[in-house]
Amino acid sequence: MSQVASAEAGGEGVLDKISDVLIARPKLLTLLLLLPPLLWIGIVYVGSLFALLLQSFYSLDYFSGLIVHEFTLSTYKQLLEEANFQIILRTVTMAALVTLACSIIAFPIAYYAARYARGWTKAFFYLAVMMPLWSSYLVKVYAWKLILAKEGIVTWLAESVHLSWLLNGILALPVIGGPSLSFSYIGTFLVFVYVWIPYMILPIQAALERVPTNYIEASADLGATPKQTFWTVIFPLALPGVVAGSIFTFSLTLGDYIIPQIVGNSRLFIGQAVYTLQGTAGNIPLAAAFTVVPMIIMGFYLWMAKRMGAFDVL
Amino acid sequence: MSPAVRLVNVSRRFGSIRAVDDVTIDVVEGEFFAMLGPSGSGKTTCLRLIAGFEQPNKGHIEIFGETAEGVPPYKRNVNTVFQDYALFPHMTVGENVAYGLKIKGVSRADREAKAKDALAMVKLAGYEDRRPAQLSGGQRQRVALSRALVNGPKVLLLDEPLGALDLKLREQMQEELRALQKELGITFVFVTHDQGEALSMADRVAIFKDGRIVQVGSPADVYERPQSRFVADFVGSSNVLSPAFASSHGGAAKWTSLRPEKVGVFPAGALASAENAHADGDIKMINYQGSVTRFAVEAEDMRITAELRGDAGSFNEGDSVRLIWPLSAMVTMEDEA
Repeated sequence: MSQVASAEAGGEGVLDKISDVLIARPKLLTLLLLLPPLLWIGIVYVGSLFALLLQSFYSLDYFSGLIVHEFTLSTYKQLLEEANFQIILRTVTMAALVTLACSIIAFPIAYYAARYARGWTKAFFYLAVMMPLWSSYLVKVYAWKLILAKEGIVTWLAESVHLSWLLNGILALPVIGGPSLSFSYIGTFLVFVYVWIPYMILPIQAALERVPTNYIEASADLGATPKQTFWTVIFPLALPGVVAGSIFTFSLTLGDYIIPQIVGNSRLFIGQAVYTLQGTAGNIPLAAAFTVVPMIIMGFYLWMAKRMGAFDVL
Repeated sequence: MSPAVRLVNVSRRFGSIRAVDDVTIDVVEGEFFAMLGPSGSGKTTCLRLIAGFEQPNKGHIEIFGETAEGVPPYKRNVNTVFQDYALFPHMTVGENVAYGLKIKGVSRADREAKAKDALAMVKLAGYEDRRPAQLSGGQRQRVALSRALVNGPKVLLLDEPLGALDLKLREQMQEELRALQKELGITFVFVTHDQGEALSMADRVAIFKDGRIVQVGSPADVYERPQSRFVADFVGSSNVLSPAFASSHGGAAKWTSLRPEKVGVFPAGALASAENAHADGDIKMINYQGSVTRFAVEAEDMRITAELRGDAGSFNEGDSVRLIWPLSAMVTMEDEA
């Protein structure tokens, strides 16, 4: 057998020889196949991340506006200054609230889709959840700006049903209110929830669909009412899906800089701070330090999520 | 006294399919009742009707004299062992077994003690803290069994509980289940498609075909006196003799069942006494199966299978032989001729 193979290989071209070598050494073949993506991840991805990390340990000489290429933790110390720390706190709070709201709204939708929707209702569900993802993010955000604006449909609707007092009351609330919905934290929050909610619905739905019907039957068989079954069997088994979804909503909110810029008051979120610092301010070290914050938060978050088994559902 | 489970003219349709069609059964308290049939014959749907996972379209269901239709599963005093066990993966074995008690509001100490006993009963003492995923198929089956039994159900429903086990383990579990049922005295309703399992375990067997029950009786009854070609063929194997063949060999002019082990194979010309029938033919095939040997003999246009203990002896394929069987072994069936 091997004699035949080598005899055939003997007189053939270079390509055949190469293929003979590769078949004989599967590890070499694997290495060759993996090399391009490894280079891509290694240099372009991890490399630039490393450069970013390095930048955050430099500092800016505010007098000359030049970057001092010396190792220091002073840039990180700046993060703790009142104004900067407020930015971090504001972003993390917003991300947490958006995640919470998304999970509360998404769960019933996902539950319906996973357990009740069949045939065309299921198709409608997928279309309804996925279709907003097909359109441009910017268009959606600007559309929301118009919806929430003082001259927008929400104000008009409130006026037509004589609920202007309610809208004005909400806008008069301290901190979260503002001159109009599109210039308030409420507006920013609403748009964040709208834009990220598909990323919460889909993992929860996947988790719920993987709960076999016979677990629910077994629970009923053992005497549990539907409500008890929900809290003791369905919810615990769907929780990893909620955690998986929250990873998306939380990290996407942490890093976003478009939504708070278009809809909201002018207070900065981390993403905007990074954008401003690396651009007009030219303070690359501080921008880099700001970038590291969501990475650390998400690292911690992912570690927690992994402990809860969230990645078994992805 | 009312029967443990009573189904009266119960039907369950799925669209145009009649999964259960006008079924009437009385399951006596304390008996081991098997529902046997090929897949899609309605036996599992019947079990699900008793458990309450399905509601009948027509008919009446009683559990210990109480009307069951319209009553949700969690209000019925029956428990189910599911085909694929349906153990909760996010709970330990102990929590799985104690689940029913926890729902009923039994105190933690109490239910842990009871769960421990229930696990010991199925020979899984000390497995409380494991996860279902860490157990073998046979062990999961036992956990499912003790999870159901710990609630003290009046009727235990078992949906092909041994289907996923390998042969050795299945035979062992058959014996254990049978012993457990005798010991506890609980009514067992057992669904299976394995006729050997049904015959060896049950006190009574109901045979399902196309959503209907075609025969109910003790295992011996069903095996020795099949009332239809379907039962004769499904329970064990059988020679189904045509009406013409049966009547010319001392039987009635009806479809007739003749079990292979009742047929003797003798050299051509052997004498048959008056209580016996005989037919002459040629051996077409000899199939050695260890404890028995099967002969396929072509006799008077019928292909008759005979089963003899031991090996084929001096017979060879192609030999002319005489088949002899007792007249009493011919069972007349009720199928239309």
